[in-house]
Amino acid sequence: MPAEGTNAAWLFVAPALVLIFVFFFLPVAASLLLSLTDFDIYAVASSENTRFVALHNYAQLFRTPLFWSSLRNTFYFAIVGGPLTIAVSLGAALLLNAKMVRWRSFFRTVYFTPFVTTLVAVAIVWRYLYHTRYGLLNYALGSLGVGPVDWLGDPHWAMPAIIVMAVWKNFGYNMLIFIAGLQSIPEELYDAANVDGASPVRQFLSVTLPMLGPTLLFVAVITMIGYFQLFAEPYVMTQGGPLRSTTSVVLYMYEEGFRWWRLGYAAAIAFVLFIVILIATLIQIRIQREQ
Amino acid sequence: MKTGSGKREAGSGRSRLALHATLVLGAILALFPMFWMISASLMPTGEASTYPPHVLPSRVTFEHYHTLFTRLDLGRYLFNSALIAVAVTVVSLVINSMAGYAFAKLRFRGRDRLFQLLSAGLVLPVQVAMLPLFLLMKQLGLVNTYWGVIIPGLSSIFGIFLIRQYALSIPDDMLDAARIDGASELRIYRSVVLPGIVPILATLAIWTFLATWNDFMWPLIVLSDESHYTLPVALASLVGEHVQDTELMMAGSVLTTVPVLLVFLFLQRYYIQGVLAGSVKG
Repeated sequence: MPAEGTNAAWLFVAPALVLIFVFFFLPVAASLLLSLTDFDIYAVASSENTRFVALHNYAQLFRTPLFWSSLRNTFYFAIVGGPLTIAVSLGAALLLNAKMVRWRSFFRTVYFTPFVTTLVAVAIVWRYLYHTRYGLLNYALGSLGVGPVDWLGDPHWAMPAIIVMAVWKNFGYNMLIFIAGLQSIPEELYDAANVDGASPVRQFLSVTLPMLGPTLLFVAVITMIGYFQLFAEPYVMTQGGPLRSTTSVVLYMYEEGFRWWRLGYAAAIAFVLFIVILIATLIQIRIQREQ
Repeated sequence: MKTGSGKREAGSGRSRLALHATLVLGAILALFPMFWMISASLMPTGEASTYPPHVLPSRVTFEHYHTLFTRLDLGRYLFNSALIAVAVTVVSLVINSMAGYAFAKLRFRGRDRLFQLLSAGLVLPVQVAMLPLFLLMKQLGLVNTYWGVIIPGLSSIFGIFLIRQYALSIPDDMLDAARIDGASELRIYRSVVLPGIVPILATLAIWTFLATWNDFMWPLIVLSDESHYTLPVALASLVGEHVQDTELMMAGSVLTTVPVLLVFLFLQRYYIQGVLAGSVKG
């Protein structure tokens, strides 16, 4: 390879690398440093008003009940909403992958459509669908004899309501990935199972599921990472309420950082989020390996 | 499977029916919120807040769209969103495709280690970068400007990843032949590489456009002055004042989400390829 080729290569990657380092990697590293300072609204005015406080922000964070409830709410959303989304995605993929399905690509497009919509817009739509008096959900439930539920106003129901909306919005993405995974399973495996007289359930458990292993891991990891970053849904639908029951870690970080301008403290929240996501990812990879 | 007796055929007929009934029910559930959004946006004021609820407008009216464009100046936000999404899409396509191609086909020192470092960055949540990024933007005087939203979107690890994966399949012979003919590296990129990776460029373009259009948190942070708001930010702020005006809010939601829906419906083949390509290697 001639020398000018190498120089050209650097010119090709330089714009991307500079942008990613300056506007992503550098801020991530700076976030760790920021979390060790008392950077607040006075420091926003003049950065001389900031001091190194070591782990003080973290100590304060761990003493704050709101931080723990935001963490609990985020886990609730990820641990209930994540598997639920994956289950619906897999169910839809299995249905669409059945041999006798007609208009397959039509259904696939329809199921995928919610995923491409603008989150803020559809969150507002769902806010009205969940309306206690005028919402269509309560109307439909009412016709089945179920009394009106104050979906977004009741601390017990607000998070489940957000989860249902998130499942609706996101299942189509995983569904596409599952369909591709299902189609890569060799037909002979099912033929062999048929010869052995295995029931459809048995075939699902001993052929489909094991063969989908890597796909399942990928889907589980990206869904979990995405769900730990819950923000726009509670911001638009509940403002973190009622009684803080839908305040997520990212929403808490946003409020501390950009409403109260306590950027040092907010950076500590961001870093805890990062560690949580990292650990969740590693656990999932470990579980998958052991199986 | 094909040995079905008459009884079995009847059974499979019934299960075919059950399967399609389930699929249709699922399709109704998937589309209903969007259907109601459009329907309510056309209802006369107050009709979406009645009991029993209306599913269809008693009389179709476009007054809410009119209000949005006159009194609430939504056209401005539409322009902002379009400008930002198009700028990010066009420029990032050039930057990411050059880098992706170089990582796939050009040799330079530290290439593989650099690429590993980039890949590791995929697990970092973007929110971790946002607080210092805001201070950086403030330092650069870019808070509350279009640039503040555009610049961080101009290069993405995911985009480089996608292009690299695809560019690996360009035959080396083709590139070497062009080099022997004396073509410069830039010329090779323009006239050999780019035509060869058109499908993945289309995929990445749609992907980037939709993601930028739909993005909420960063624009919310970096844009404080109303005149620069993107549609999602404007909509979230509008719902604070106009939460009682259901029909008006639905019209705003339609305007925000219909452009991306149209892009998706017309170009879905490329978009769906992107989902699958992104999942190949994780």
